[in-house]
Amino acid sequence: MSDLRPAFCDQILHHFGDRVDDGGAGIDMHNIEVAPEHLKELCGFLKESPELSFDFLSDLCGVDFLPDSPRFAVVYHLYSVAHQHRLRLKCRLGDPPHVPSITDIWTTANWHEREAFDMYGIVFDGHPNLKRIYMWDEFEGYPMRKDYPVRGYKDAYNPFGEERGDQ
Amino acid sequence: MTSVTVLQEAENKSRVTQEVLLNLGPQHPSTHGVLQLVLQLNGEIVERTEPHIGYLHRGTEKLAETFTYTQIFPLTDRLDYVCPPSNNLGFALAVERLLGIDVPERALYIRVMMVELARISGHLLIVGALPMDLGAMTALLYTMREREMLMDLMEMITGARMHTSYIRVGGVREDLPEGAAERIREFCEILPKRLKDYERLVAGNRVFLNRTKNIGVIAPKDAIDLGLSGPNLRASGVDWDMRRDSPYEIYDRLDFNVITHDDGDCYARWICRVHEMRESVRIIEQCLDHMPQGDFQVALPTIAFPVDKGLLETSMETHIHHFELSAYGFKVPKGEVYAAIEAPKGELGYYVISDGSQKPFRMRVRAPSFVNLQALEGKVGNMKYLADVIAMLGSLDPVIAEVDK
Repeated sequence: MSDLRPAFCDQILHHFGDRVDDGGAGIDMHNIEVAPEHLKELCGFLKESPELSFDFLSDLCGVDFLPDSPRFAVVYHLYSVAHQHRLRLKCRLGDPPHVPSITDIWTTANWHEREAFDMYGIVFDGHPNLKRIYMWDEFEGYPMRKDYPVRGYKDAYNPFGEERGDQ
Repeated sequence: MTSVTVLQEAENKSRVTQEVLLNLGPQHPSTHGVLQLVLQLNGEIVERTEPHIGYLHRGTEKLAETFTYTQIFPLTDRLDYVCPPSNNLGFALAVERLLGIDVPERALYIRVMMVELARISGHLLIVGALPMDLGAMTALLYTMREREMLMDLMEMITGARMHTSYIRVGGVREDLPEGAAERIREFCEILPKRLKDYERLVAGNRVFLNRTKNIGVIAPKDAIDLGLSGPNLRASGVDWDMRRDSPYEIYDRLDFNVITHDDGDCYARWICRVHEMRESVRIIEQCLDHMPQGDFQVALPTIAFPVDKGLLETSMETHIHHFELSAYGFKVPKGEVYAAIEAPKGELGYYVISDGSQKPFRMRVRAPSFVNLQALEGKVGNMKYLADVIAMLGSLDPVIAEVDK
């Protein structure tokens, strides 16, 4: 928390130049923003480079910034067990959201990506088993999106839900 | 022909059996809740395991977006319901970092003590439940006896046995009641002796050893790749504990060991937890020794209720703050934060994005059980038979409420 601008930032920025954006220091860790097309290259570099060695993917989640544009984001929280430093990667996505899967870099991304797909409808290209994880397969819509009602839509099992607008 | 030769023939493929898809759960005592495992079986040999989760999904993250920050604490209680104070603490830390407030010393000590009590409570459950999954009922009855003492302590301190909601933004809800410290010390004296009993009862048991030693082995590299954390990771020989490596609260002032084990099998995960409880007892005793007098919550009337309730009758200002806090909650500055703590199950992270209002724009829970459970699908050595899957599942210690959020 104290080391707000760690030395490895310069290395990333030096190596990737204008393909990544320095998001600046947060309260807790440094931020880096990257476009989806450079995501996999950056992740591979972060994991393999010996001074960085981000071998532990703490967390991966989707965010819906409705009504902002680009609407969606995927946020990656990385940690290095060897060097004990953290980094937050952000990837802003348009609508419909598409982003390359990073399951071949960190296996743990598998379920996280399925969850982000289930909740936000973010499609992870190249994911080995991209299907719903919490909701049932026949479920329609993406419940964590900001335009999805908290109580869900009205149907036979959910009499207190909202009426669908298009009906 | 004995059953063993049948197994051997199935292994070397000289006997071909029809493959069976078996549903284990969602209602099954050894799945620790409503978890469904779809197993592809070749005789007794498990070819593929596919966990189906979501039967207990309550939409915690979606609900949190409609609640004020104080209202979210009861939601976090219900994530890992065997040790609620840890869940409270993770969320409180995230909000406190966004607010940029410091918590009084006494509250820090109380919080760490409560979290370690919760760790013992969580570990006691699994230390008894794993042998029970493998057919030894006795151990669970003994660990439940000790856990009952903890539940009584929780009730005495927080007023609730399970869903405590005790740790709040800026401190804790109430000060320790009179006599609590003595009872905690008493518990700390009893527990190490009982732990010795468990080890004598279970760790030397041949059946238990045969079913857990060298079963479900996870190599250190695979463990990190799978995202395992907490005792599950340390049992694979990775020396990482957030309490020591990125200390929060007062852990940097406390003296404790990080327990690791080299084998990475089910037994290692079990014994790690037994030893961790001893360290927790040491931490609790240190907290009690060094706990200072003073405030138990931050002295900001816009964030915490007044300690002196008599002020509500005499001070208009206090009354207004009290009303606003109850009716609307407090505002949190714009920003984002990821706060992670070493929960009993592993790295419990809260990623909170605030838009400056009284409710979070996004609250993400990085649930350790969710990630740990993934190991059932991953690269695990020596998880061959159906019975090994049960041992593996039990030793990973998932709490399904936390998996499903």
